[in-house]
Amino acid sequence: MQFMLLFSRQGKLRLQKWYVPLSDKERKKISRDLVQTILARKPKMCSFLEWRDLKIVYKRYASLYFCCAVEDQDNELITLEIIHRYVELLDKYFGSVCELDIIFNFEKAYFILDEFLLGGEAQETSKKNVLKAIEQADLLQEVYELVL
Amino acid sequence: MPAVSKGDGMRGLAVFISDIRNCKSKEAEIKRINKELANIRSKFKGDKALDGYSKKKYVCKLLFIFLLGHDIDFGHMEAVNLLSSNKYTEKQIGYLFISVLVNSNSELIRLINNAIKNDLSSRNPTFMCLALHCIANVGSREMAEAFAGEIPRILVAGDTMDSVKQSAALCLLRLYKASPDLVLMGEWTSRVVHLLNDQHMGVVTAAISLITCLSSKNPDEFKTCVSLAVSRLSRIVSSASTDLQDYTYYFVPAPWLSCKLLRLLQCYPPPEDGAVKGRLVECLETILNKAQEPPKSKKVQHSNAKNAILFEAISLIIHYDSEPNLLVRACNQLGQFLQHRETNLRYLALESMCTLASSEFSHEAVKTHIETVINALKTERDVSVRQRAADLLYAMCDRSNAKQIVAEMLSYLETADYSIREEMVLKVAILAEKYAVDYSWYVDTILNLIRIAGDYVSEEVWYRVIQIVINRDDVQGYAAKTVFEALQAPACHENMVKVGGYILGEFGNLIAGDPRSSPLVQFNLLHSKFHLCSVPTRALLLSAYIKFINLFPETKATIQEVLRSDSQIRNSDVELQQRAVEYLKLSSIASTDVLATVLEEMPPFPERESSILAKLKKKKGPGAVSVELEDGKERGDYLSHSNGSSTPSPSADLLGLRSTAPASGATPSAGSLLVDVFSEAGPSATSAGVNDDGFLRFVCKNNGVLFENQLLQIGIKSEYRQNLGRMYLFYGNKTSVQFVSFNTTVSCPGELQSHILQLEPLVEGGAQVQQVINIECLTDFIDAPLLNIKFRYGGALQNISLKLPVTINKFFQPTEMAAADFFQRWKQLSQPQQEAQKIFKASHGMDTEVLKAKLLGLGTALLENVDPNPENYVCAGVIQTKAQQVGCLLRLEPNAQAQMYRLTLRSSKDTVSQRVCDLLAEQF
Repeated sequence: MQFMLLFSRQGKLRLQKWYVPLSDKERKKISRDLVQTILARKPKMCSFLEWRDLKIVYKRYASLYFCCAVEDQDNELITLEIIHRYVELLDKYFGSVCELDIIFNFEKAYFILDEFLLGGEAQETSKKNVLKAIEQADLLQEVYELVL
Repeated sequence: MPAVSKGDGMRGLAVFISDIRNCKSKEAEIKRINKELANIRSKFKGDKALDGYSKKKYVCKLLFIFLLGHDIDFGHMEAVNLLSSNKYTEKQIGYLFISVLVNSNSELIRLINNAIKNDLSSRNPTFMCLALHCIANVGSREMAEAFAGEIPRILVAGDTMDSVKQSAALCLLRLYKASPDLVLMGEWTSRVVHLLNDQHMGVVTAAISLITCLSSKNPDEFKTCVSLAVSRLSRIVSSASTDLQDYTYYFVPAPWLSCKLLRLLQCYPPPEDGAVKGRLVECLETILNKAQEPPKSKKVQHSNAKNAILFEAISLIIHYDSEPNLLVRACNQLGQFLQHRETNLRYLALESMCTLASSEFSHEAVKTHIETVINALKTERDVSVRQRAADLLYAMCDRSNAKQIVAEMLSYLETADYSIREEMVLKVAILAEKYAVDYSWYVDTILNLIRIAGDYVSEEVWYRVIQIVINRDDVQGYAAKTVFEALQAPACHENMVKVGGYILGEFGNLIAGDPRSSPLVQFNLLHSKFHLCSVPTRALLLSAYIKFINLFPETKATIQEVLRSDSQIRNSDVELQQRAVEYLKLSSIASTDVLATVLEEMPPFPERESSILAKLKKKKGPGAVSVELEDGKERGDYLSHSNGSSTPSPSADLLGLRSTAPASGATPSAGSLLVDVFSEAGPSATSAGVNDDGFLRFVCKNNGVLFENQLLQIGIKSEYRQNLGRMYLFYGNKTSVQFVSFNTTVSCPGELQSHILQLEPLVEGGAQVQQVINIECLTDFIDAPLLNIKFRYGGALQNISLKLPVTINKFFQPTEMAAADFFQRWKQLSQPQQEAQKIFKASHGMDTEVLKAKLLGLGTALLENVDPNPENYVCAGVIQTKAQQVGCLLRLEPNAQAQMYRLTLRSSKDTVSQRVCDLLAEQF
């Protein structure tokens, strides 16, 4: 996977994760173009499209679009399920997640993503294991605070 | 503001985010942000040392501001400070900031690397993971330099926690992608491969991405992964849906891992080990079977995960391209998906079928879905799906359905989305050219293209139609008539004017007999478009006018009048003005003869790769690839039909002969001989120099097309026995005009004797004649016989000289011998002059079967189990000449890694060793 973007129906980026080296300028241009392209598509359309030399896989959950760019030989359907698993993880962690959770706890959204995907590849696909890692980290922090 | 959920609350941050969200305008937002930035800056610069919590909060705010799309130019130092905090959340925020915002400030990188190093050696798995995540997120070269040596150790160490292993594997993958030269697996290779056997599914899932990437770059070093991957896959595929606990996703066992395993296998050819292969085929069959089972859940996640594996399995089946049964099953499965109610599946089925269409086993099966695909092109509501349908039609097109497909694509073009029109136009143009059986259809198609989508018809396309019309005199009259009619339309595209101007300027005379298209009518029609056209088109039209003066003297006065007008002769454009002045002068001072010479009909264009095909290849796309595959397939046909089978291979490519070509004296196999046109486009030649382009292609084969230009194609079939050879040459007249004074001679070097049966001096248009040459080898030789062909075509003398592909190896008798015999004889031939050796770079693929075929084609016996190294080839044979027999031993040592060969020849005669070595070295 080359990058993942989360954006709202208004086109506001909520999360961006880049797995290939790109300059700030390129990232901004790509996000702008892609957000526009996807928002212009109608609801029942197919979840995949060719965009430049990449395959785009996207899906809308409530007010948020989740969008992944993968390479030519990558599997579209499994990427779609990567998105779904990430949504499940967020949902489980925040308890029926909504856009606001991701806005106000953006750092958590990044941490969860890092546990699930690393370098653009699935690191751990078990929901239990990912959440265990995140909860452990939360626990670690509470322990430290108690020590203080 | 929602209640802050778990973990630490940073109240200040939440307040700030709320403030931003409450901003009514962009300006207000920027104002609020600037205020915050000023505040943070002063806090960072202030005298009072900040506590960890505040530092974390401010760094987090900066991060938020950055993610909103604003530039951040400070705070990096504070973030780096956080890295060395012993509080987890502070460290975590520090790492997050670095991951998102790091720049290549080398001073900073040194500090970051220091912190990472500490965490990596902390033996605290949570800290280690944080550090590894950071490396994987940044992936810079500096980090690769610092850690590429350390991470493999962490990855394979026995006491590393599973979660750390997972991070280490993917971290290494990121570093390898960025700086492959720095990541060396070396001694770790085998232990990394064995991670495929790890008990922890998460470790396997992470490690396989690394292994796949490494395997695709160094397949040989990692090839042991194939059998491991197959057995892992087999265990997953046969497991019940609950066996894998949390790795089961909506009743599908380990879908991610399954896909990755199937993907890894695509880095390799089918397994050689029969048991492994059997097991894999079983897995693939099970996956195909499961597709037919009723779903275990109605959730789309279930079917997506299941079908993800199915599509990956189909990719593997297509990649192997060797199991007809599986290929056809795959095709049927995709056929079902073509009509599925899920758009996503229809899209993927169209995409996947595109690659199936290029396999010879499944091409026919794909073709049966043509109606569904055409329907998709017409009715799909999503342009990306229609695009896939168009690609598939292009890929499944062959001679049998070209007319239908081209017609459908043309009608789709009328309403096609602007984004894909240009590519569609190119594809239609290519199909029309590639499968044109009669050229009037081709001309009609291209003119339709210009009519429907003139703006998207690139120069390449209209250049090409002109080239083809110029080169094929049988279509010129039709083209002139059709373009004349097309120009009648009140509004026609400028590209139509260009084609019209050019064609009428050359061939307007062919329709001038009809009073409705008399010279003056033609001229007036063209000139009525003149003022609407751009400068380049006007320039072209001026040239057409001067050609008219030559073709039709009666138009001279009218045209001179036009050229003389101020708007031409004083045109502000230099090019137009110059043409007008020069053409006017030329028409008034040159005699009719001079004019006729200067303005003679354009000579045929040299044949080369179609410029539009080159253009489509430049635009990336699966369609472009499939054209090449198609060519490869045709070549395959040639090989299978070449032994005189009576299957006529259709071969009316524009580069080749008309399909009506085989006529008088053609043998049944002549049709298939012509197919080789696809492999090498014939060189252009009316030149007198000796043409030996084809010569080396025939060292290891006896049949094929020896020569081709616009006029003539020469096919060859030859057979050899002992020191005698017989060669059949087939001369095909590609034009519709007869060749007169057709005469061929052969001149042989002294070592050969030849006898040639003379031909009739007339070769009719479109006809093919056959000539037999008998050859006797007196003693070994180097120079090949020369074939000289002379004939007159339309008054011009054509003179072609070719080297006949008679080489010393044609007189080989294969000799079978056992290993002991071979080595004994090898030693006997140990004098330096008896040996010839060459070391050279591979100029083709090093595929085993191809190499074997070439060595057998050489005429020697290929000896199995003789060379102790199974990668090497040894051969033996005896060259039969009238004077003597020369025993010959050969050894070929390929080095796949270096893409090099070493070829050694030993024979009892030094000239023979050298010659065979020279000839053979050119074949690989």
